[in-house]
This record gives sequence, C-alpha cells and structure tokens, in this order.
Amino acid sequence: MSEEKSWREIPLGGLTWLHSSEYKTGEWRSFRPVVDHNKCTRCMQCVIYCPDIAIKYKPDVNMIEINFDYCKGCGVCAEECPVHAITMVKEKE
Amino acid sequence: MSKIVKQEMMGMNGDTACAYAVKQCNPEVVAAYPITPQTIIVEVFSEYVANGEVTTEFIPVESEHSAMSTSIGAAAAGARAYTASASQGLALMYEMLYIASGLRLPIVMTCVNRALSAPINIHGDHSDAMGARDSGWIQLYCENSQEAYDTVIQAWRIAEHKDVLLPVMVNIDGFILSHTLENVAVLPDDAVKKFIGEKKIPVVKKPSGELTPYVLHPDYPVSMGAIDLQDYYFEHKRQQAEAMKNALKVIKEVGEEYGELTGRRYGLIDAYMMDDAEIAIIVMGSTAGTAKYAADLMREKGVKAGVLRVRSFRPFPRDDIVKTLSKVKACAVLDRSISFGSYGGPLFTEIRSSFCYECEKPIIINYYYGLGGRDTPPNLLENVFSELKRIVETGKIGEEIRYLGLREDSIDSVNYKAELISFKDLNTGNIGGK
Repeated sequence: MSEEKSWREIPLGGLTWLHSSEYKTGEWRSFRPVVDHNKCTRCMQCVIYCPDIAIKYKPDVNMIEINFDYCKGCGVCAEECPVHAITMVKEKE
Repeated sequence: MSKIVKQEMMGMNGDTACAYAVKQCNPEVVAAYPITPQTIIVEVFSEYVANGEVTTEFIPVESEHSAMSTSIGAAAAGARAYTASASQGLALMYEMLYIASGLRLPIVMTCVNRALSAPINIHGDHSDAMGARDSGWIQLYCENSQEAYDTVIQAWRIAEHKDVLLPVMVNIDGFILSHTLENVAVLPDDAVKKFIGEKKIPVVKKPSGELTPYVLHPDYPVSMGAIDLQDYYFEHKRQQAEAMKNALKVIKEVGEEYGELTGRRYGLIDAYMMDDAEIAIIVMGSTAGTAKYAADLMREKGVKAGVLRVRSFRPFPRDDIVKTLSKVKACAVLDRSISFGSYGGPLFTEIRSSFCYECEKPIIINYYYGLGGRDTPPNLLENVFSELKRIVETGKIGEEIRYLGLREDSIDSVNYKAELISFKDLNTGNIGGK
C-alpha cells in the first residue's frame, strides 16, 4: 500500500472493490522467467500449467508471451517445460 | 400521545415466541440445526414453512457451523437471515461468529442459553454466550418470553441500522424461558412488517469517492472477506468498535419506538425500584424476575432494595449502569457463568471496573449462581439482599466472590482431590478395578 488511510476513510467490513485483475500480483516476483524462443516448440504446457493464467500464446507472432503484471515468478513453467526453454533469472533491484 | 396497537394474547413458551416473531418478520433465509433447548424454535418454524405461512427459504443444514456459514452467505447477498442455537452448537459456530461481525452482516440469532460440556448438561446458564462475548455480536439478554418476542422483532432494526450493521444475538435462558408457557402479547402481522420495514442494502464509498453497494451482486462485483494484513486489519476492527458504540444509542431508540407501538419500552438496562434503593442486585436474564419479586418482599420489610437488570451486555452500557448505581450503598452482581481463573464473573469485573475512577461508588460483591440450571428461588435472592443489608450496617464486606445456591462444603472432605499413580500400578490390583 503506497498511501495508507485512516479507519474513517475506508469502507466497512474489509470490502475490496477492485476486480481481481486490477491487483498487480507481479510485484511479488523475485525470480523472472525468461523464454528462449529458439528452443520453444510451442507445445503450450506452460500456458496450461501457469497458476495465474499469466502466459498466453500469441498466434499472430507464433510466440509465447508472459504477462509480468501477474507473473509471481513461481517457476512452475520452467519446471514443466519439456525442452527447458524457460529459465528463472533473479529480478534486478 | 401515540397509538398503541391492539395486541392478541397467546400462550407461548420462549422458543415459540421467538419462532412466532421470526414468522411475522418473514426473513428470506433461516438456516438452523436443532439443539436442546433451542429445538422448539426450529421445529415450530419448520411447521410455518411447511404450512406456507412464510416465504422463507428454510435450510436444514448439517451442523451449526454450516448454519452460521449459510446465514453469512445469505446476509452477504442482501437477504435477512435468522438462525438459532445453544451451548455446544454456539461453540461450533464460534469461528463463523467473528466472520459475521467482521463482515458487518446484520444476522439475527436466538441463543437459548445452556451450560457447556463437560460434564454434559442441557440446562440454563450463560456460559455459552459468554464464550462469544468478544465475537463482535450485539448481545441482548431477555427476562421473559414476552421480551424474547419483542427483542427478536427489534433485533432486525438494531442490526440493520446504518450506524450499526452488526449481528445481534438474542439470549433467552434455557428451559426457564425456552420451555415455560407464558402469556405473550403479539402484534398483528402487518404492524411487525411495518416496524421492521423493507430490507435495505448499505452503500459504501470507495477511497476513490465512487459509491458501491455492500452486497454480493453480479452487476456490482466486490470481494468480501479478502486478506487484510498489518496495514488495514486494525482499522477495520476500530470501525467495529465504533459500530458497537453507536449501537448503545440505536438499541435505546429502537426500544423507545417499539414502546410507542406496543406500550412495552426497552432500553439498555432495566432499573426496578432503583430510584431510592440502598442495596441492589445486578443480574441478566430470567433471574431478574425472581430478584424483582425478592426486592418486593424486602420492601415490605422496609428495606430499600432494588434490581438492575442488564439487558444489553454487548455493547456494555457503562454510563447508564454507573448513573443508576452511584447512590447505592452496596450491591451484588450475579454471574451465571464462570470465567475460570478470573477475579470474579464477566458481569462483575466489567461493572466493578466501570466504577474505578468514580467518586461515588457502592460496595460491589459477586455471586456465581445458577450454573447448569441450578434453581435460584426467591429465598436465595432474599439472602443476598439480607447479606447486602448486613454489609451496609456493619461495613464488613467479607468474601467478595461467593457462590449462591452451592451446597455447604465440609472442610474435612478431600474427595475432590486426586492422587497420581503410574500406568504400571494398574497391574498391582491395589486400587480397585475388576
């Protein structure tokens, strides 16, 4: 939370009013998946395994794209990739 | 003056009175699981449902935990939700009670007060509700079945008030109220409907300034009960504390408005002959009726005795209690539950701390009474008054924390104590067994 509010300024009952897509959980990430598009066979295992639906296949460019607004850096994609095309790299400060 | 509505007398016990009040309120959802001594509420209400006398969705759940969960879901969707429980049932609801109050859902529940196991006991005492006293629920304690009926109706107005939005627990003493037939004056259905009014949905302001309805509705997506950590949890609890403070005013207002309608006024406390009282008993629930009778007997003997019944335990009406008791010379707080290891019962500790910085204060002693439904007849309460009279006359307080209606103990008997042996001693056959 960048700007913290007092108890009189917030709605009751712990109500959260944003759509879940508006909470950018990508901020949590400490490791970033990096895709080697030359190795990638477009098998789409990573698309299926991603728990945050943060990986999409772009048919127009025939490539995998990771949405870093939501990717928490869990590393499931790198673990599951059958051709080891994804590596987890430490996020820079 | 206002017009008092013509009312009909019905013979009802406390449970039936609650069920009848709920029938007239016709909530959208009732989810309940039967438990002695609350069973009659669920039985009678399910008959109303079967006869088509209500339009309520009656959900016969598999446990009290589910009963409260269902009520929470229903209330979050904007419905009026009612449930009822007692003792172990209330204990099983425990974690959901906090969710109901934390989400600020105006659920109404009747708690038919019963002792907690072990040893198992189905009779009346306040141990169950006292376990939930910090759960953020408003707790109102009724003296008789008439009040049970009246309070269930008022509870919706208190719970749904925009400055409160908290769940309300209506407490009635197990068996003494729940199973005892009484004359109960009931309002006509339309008068109840008019009094409680249409269910309204709170609208809250987002920090952006936009408004959003506080309800689960597909057109207005919100999340309820999301994670709330170090940064905001404390602020939300502060809001609940404020709502409880507001409830003090709302309970009085609703009680007055109900009085205009029925001639029966209710407030946070019920002071009986307290104007000139020198000694007083402070008590909650049905025993107040017996105490009032005992006060009458003492008055006949020329003793200035009075009774202060605490109707609202949460929120605790500290100022009203201090004002009523400040001129009293000595009083006894009667607690129908033990907070084990505490210095005095829950009502006693709270009343005594209320007087901490007051210049004028009475001598306050504590009696535990009626645990597990132990009978508390008028003569015991007369004894309490006599003891208070003696304290005022002699100035000698003696024991501050006492037990009322407990058998006298023989100091020589040590049977309640245990000796320890090791498991292998069981093979020696020295200590009984087969």
